[in-house]
Amino acid sequence: MENVGVMMTTPMSAYLEQQLQQRFTLFKLWESSHSLADSVKAVVGDTKIGADSKLIDSLPRLEIVSTYSVGVDKIDLEKCRDRGIRVTNTPDVLTEDVSDLAIGLALATLRKICACHAFLTTGSWKNGDFQLTTKFSGKSIGILGLGRIGSAIAKRAEAFGCTISYHSRTKRQTTNYRYYSNAVDLAANCQILFVACSLTNETRHIVNREVISALGPQGVLVNIGRGALVDEHELVSALCEGRLGGAGLDVFENEPHVPEPLLELENVVLLPHVGTDTVETSMTMADLVVANLECHFLRKPLLTPVI
Amino acid sequence: MAGDEETPPLLILHHLPNFKLSIFPLLRSKYTVLDPLDDPPHPSFHPLSKAARLMLCTGPTPVTAAVLDAYPALECIVGSSAGVNHFDLDACRRRRLRITCAGDSFSDDVADYAVGLAIDVLRRVSAADRFVRAGSWPVMREYGLGSKVSGKRVGIVGLGSIGSRVAKRFESFGCTIAYTSTKQKPNIPYTFHANAALLASNADILVVCCALTDETRHLINVDVMAALGKSGIIVNVGRGALVDEKALVEMLVKGEIGGAGLDVFEREPHVPRELFALDNVVLSPHHAVLTPESMGAIDDLILANIEAFFSNQPLRAEVQLDQFDS
Repeated sequence: MENVGVMMTTPMSAYLEQQLQQRFTLFKLWESSHSLADSVKAVVGDTKIGADSKLIDSLPRLEIVSTYSVGVDKIDLEKCRDRGIRVTNTPDVLTEDVSDLAIGLALATLRKICACHAFLTTGSWKNGDFQLTTKFSGKSIGILGLGRIGSAIAKRAEAFGCTISYHSRTKRQTTNYRYYSNAVDLAANCQILFVACSLTNETRHIVNREVISALGPQGVLVNIGRGALVDEHELVSALCEGRLGGAGLDVFENEPHVPEPLLELENVVLLPHVGTDTVETSMTMADLVVANLECHFLRKPLLTPVI
Repeated sequence: MAGDEETPPLLILHHLPNFKLSIFPLLRSKYTVLDPLDDPPHPSFHPLSKAARLMLCTGPTPVTAAVLDAYPALECIVGSSAGVNHFDLDACRRRRLRITCAGDSFSDDVADYAVGLAIDVLRRVSAADRFVRAGSWPVMREYGLGSKVSGKRVGIVGLGSIGSRVAKRFESFGCTIAYTSTKQKPNIPYTFHANAALLASNADILVVCCALTDETRHLINVDVMAALGKSGIIVNVGRGALVDEKALVEMLVKGEIGGAGLDVFEREPHVPRELFALDNVVLSPHHAVLTPESMGAIDDLILANIEAFFSNQPLRAEVQLDQFDS
């Protein structure tokens, strides 16, 4: 397989680069010139740069796209289907990390853990205690998208005595969580709303002005899905105007750019898309990407196919 | 025996200057409140205080033998903290005093906070938030990798009201739970270790939430921290003095333990400045209990216990003084 050309779209993982280099002929999109296009049979993309229509068209020998992510919103799936190009992702192996971080974001936002740290290191503790913050245990949780990650968030929140409700494309028959048929009703009936669904044409801006209003001045939004699931412009003005109580955000519409007004707010926690960024999981994800590619070129069944 | 017809029952208020509970005005309306810090003092403070049977001790105000000597009729002290390390327990025992504390009032919030601190340390939440606010994301492109929380080994020092809630929360993350305590507890599904060093050598996340006593002072010492090791982290939501702070700082600075989430310190509000620059350390100003729910719960408990005492009803959250025997 050393002669098989694999193209990485961005420098997503030094370990993955090394693993691919050992097995294949590795091209780096951020370094390569176009003349190598005919040699590329596989693309390894991530949440920043996937495989859009333009890239796919430029690679006539492309057989498989193996993304270093569970989200496939940066891949032109329709084009892949038309051209018979296989697509794999990295589900399950990152579920725990993302749901851990979702709970961590909720706790950090409600209890103002980051702001407390800054309060202490700037010497303010000598003048008095930090103000009261919001309890997490026992709160009502709403989950947008009860997939692998949404379910893992629910399981953790339950251990804190939280009640769980959700909205999903379809009602799940195997759960006792309360179902709402739309995002607005879900938001109106919970105090903390977790956004955990995948980004598609249908879910773009699913958290809009109406949903944000329904969540309200005591409500908190936690987004570990995709920035574009939330109308960021509306979110920013709601937070600045006090119409939304707080937000814990790992994703944004235009990463790595975070709206400036958010940088000054104490009731938000802002993370640079680190949902799966642990030593353990980044390695497991990379191994799964490589394994899928090997399966494909050895004509074995793909491990985690999307198409 | 709620007091005679004219005089509401006597209640001594023992608190630090500038410390007020929201229920102080209510207490003054229901009881004859004797506050030694009142300015001007109650005209009959001296004789009345000698007859007072009940004291409300708020915050960590020390209750020393000298304080107890000033109130010879004292039978009971209602406290407002989870801990009783600020009481001279030997003196209390000699006087056969009854003591109540916060009981479960704060336990959910403190357990939540312990988990929040652990996730923050391992996943670098506060450090990454600072990175974003500093405008570094567009420049540096990647933040760097943290450490997975799920599935880690959690070691709990003190499996009491707070510790048991910490355990339940971490279990939902697929963590294995072990603990150390003065005695092994029956019917507990978690692994017991006889001492903190053994616990630490089998843990990735060491959560300190036991009571501070003469025996547990500096329980988390150099040996325990060395056993925890480079990839282990400490979370302390108990009392600062449970940990040898000087050794902790040194080991963190040298990278000999993996990180720390600290809500308490040996000499609050003083915090060692060497910790400020460390991204694997999260610092908090004794904040874990500070939610409206916890504050409301302790207010309710205090009012209920004062009322119960004067009506000869059972007290809640009474401290068993013999558990602190040396």
